Amino acid sequence: MKKYILDLKVASIEYVNPKNVLIRLTDDKPLPEMLPGQFVEVRVDSSPSTFLRRPISVHFFDRERNELWLLVAAIGEGTRALARLHVGDILNCVLPLGNTFTPASNPGERILLVGGGVGVAPLLYFGKQLKEAGAEPVFLLGARTASDLLQLSAFELYGRVCVTTEDGSAGEKGFVTNHSVLVSEHFDRISTCGPKPMMMAIAKFAHQASIPCEASLENMMACGVGACLCCVEKTVEGNLCVCKDGPVFDTNRLLWNDNKVK
Amino acid sequence: MADLNVKINNLHLKNPVMTASGTFGYGLEFADFVPLNEIGGIIVKGTTLKAREGNDYPRMVETPQGMLNCVGLQNKGVDYFIEHIYPEIKDIDTNMIVNVSGNSPESYAETAEKLDALDGIPAIEVNISCPNVKEGGMSFGVTCSGASSIVKAVRQHYHKTMIVKLSPNVTDIASIARACEDEGADSVSLINTLMGMAIDIEHRRPKLSIRTGGLSGPAVKPVAVRMVNDVAKAVKIPVIGLGGISTAEDAIEFLMAGATAIQIGTANFLDPQVTIKVRDGINEWLDSHGCKSIYEIINCLS
Repeated sequence: MKKYILDLKVASIEYVNPKNVLIRLTDDKPLPEMLPGQFVEVRVDSSPSTFLRRPISVHFFDRERNELWLLVAAIGEGTRALARLHVGDILNCVLPLGNTFTPASNPGERILLVGGGVGVAPLLYFGKQLKEAGAEPVFLLGARTASDLLQLSAFELYGRVCVTTEDGSAGEKGFVTNHSVLVSEHFDRISTCGPKPMMMAIAKFAHQASIPCEASLENMMACGVGACLCCVEKTVEGNLCVCKDGPVFDTNRLLWNDNKVK
Repeated sequence: MADLNVKINNLHLKNPVMTASGTFGYGLEFADFVPLNEIGGIIVKGTTLKAREGNDYPRMVETPQGMLNCVGLQNKGVDYFIEHIYPEIKDIDTNMIVNVSGNSPESYAETAEKLDALDGIPAIEVNISCPNVKEGGMSFGVTCSGASSIVKAVRQHYHKTMIVKLSPNVTDIASIARACEDEGADSVSLINTLMGMAIDIEHRRPKLSIRTGGLSGPAVKPVAVRMVNDVAKAVKIPVIGLGGISTAEDAIEFLMAGATAIQIGTANFLDPQVTIKVRDGINEWLDSHGCKSIYEIINCLS
């Protein structure tokens, strides 16, 4: 897919909870095609201490309204500066980058989308794509506590939403890997995005249950296009770039069972 | 429109803007953003005789106005390059230059010899300055005798334009440059990255997997300009300047300090179109200052 550098305009920005902002970007011209799982490298002009672009996954792409949605956790200097943007501000974006989640292969395919924290972001657009293809996405979303659960009503538009919280304040208490839906229902495959320990636990479950599983990684990046080789992940094919060969990988290709991997 | 053509030995550049090795892939990664044929030269990823996996993640840390990296020359080896990558890039209408690294004079020479046979590769950049590999790399670039041994070995097997990329992690970079010139190097490029380190204070450990890495970006620019000027005064061969260039004004500083051409590295990550913008900016500057040719400002310090 052809990549673009675009000055996009902030159409709206709102905190969805105390730590996370939803930024809707638009342009006078139609936005280029982008697919679920891909990401955007944004330049953070408003933070002098932020040198590199920040990779942010495509949370949602609304073709009718010509909007690209980013869900950003304001946790560092760069992301906090993004959270301070105003309507009408310009955000310089390189997009679309990276590969995609595996689209539905047949109608009725049951696919579990497992997200944790702000890692739920790319699963919304993916869920929409799956539903439109006639598949049956089920979302399994985890967070520390109820107020950390993001965009639940948006997810509910595209599939059933199962929830876990560590403190039991919403859904089942515990981690996503403990949720009853994993044992009570059958899924044809799993896609996951979130904290690495969570993804590793889901990948292990999927491997033991012989369910195909893919995970979206977020290693630290510089270039975003496969030039600098900074964001590598160890795989059965050697070190691969998360930005270009990923961010989505079949978990059986990752060397996550290797004890040396942190 | 000023004349931007420059020559590095027999190598003709349509403008003095090149891309630095390891920051522009094989050029193709940036083809959606810039017309590759309008760049003066593209120096592709460091290539070694055998494939290298590079260092463990994490390989990169963002620093004030710069970044540290310890990629460690990950590449699939020169034979893979010749078979799979060269056919894809050989017809790009600019100087496609291969950066060569190794762990012995023999391995450098053997890699260079294989590249000598490729019609579409008019030059190599011999990297004696990679700070991120245990054997070879920078260890050759920090002494005159080490630099001489590599340049001498490569010169016997490589007959086109040989650029030698110098390390700034030395006491006297001009003497290293002279040693390269004496053994037949056609040009020197500088600076490679400056050795640095960053620490995760919460976990009390280095942020990079191999403890140290190479610093690049605007933070290193004044160091690089000084070294380019030191070297330009010491050698007769053309100097290629790099280190933190992200604007036309930055590039002009290097040219005035004595560089005949410049390379852009880390800035490609921030603005994938920076190369063309720098070229256009140099041209505008020359026009607005009444200069007909780029050579009017190369090594022009009073």
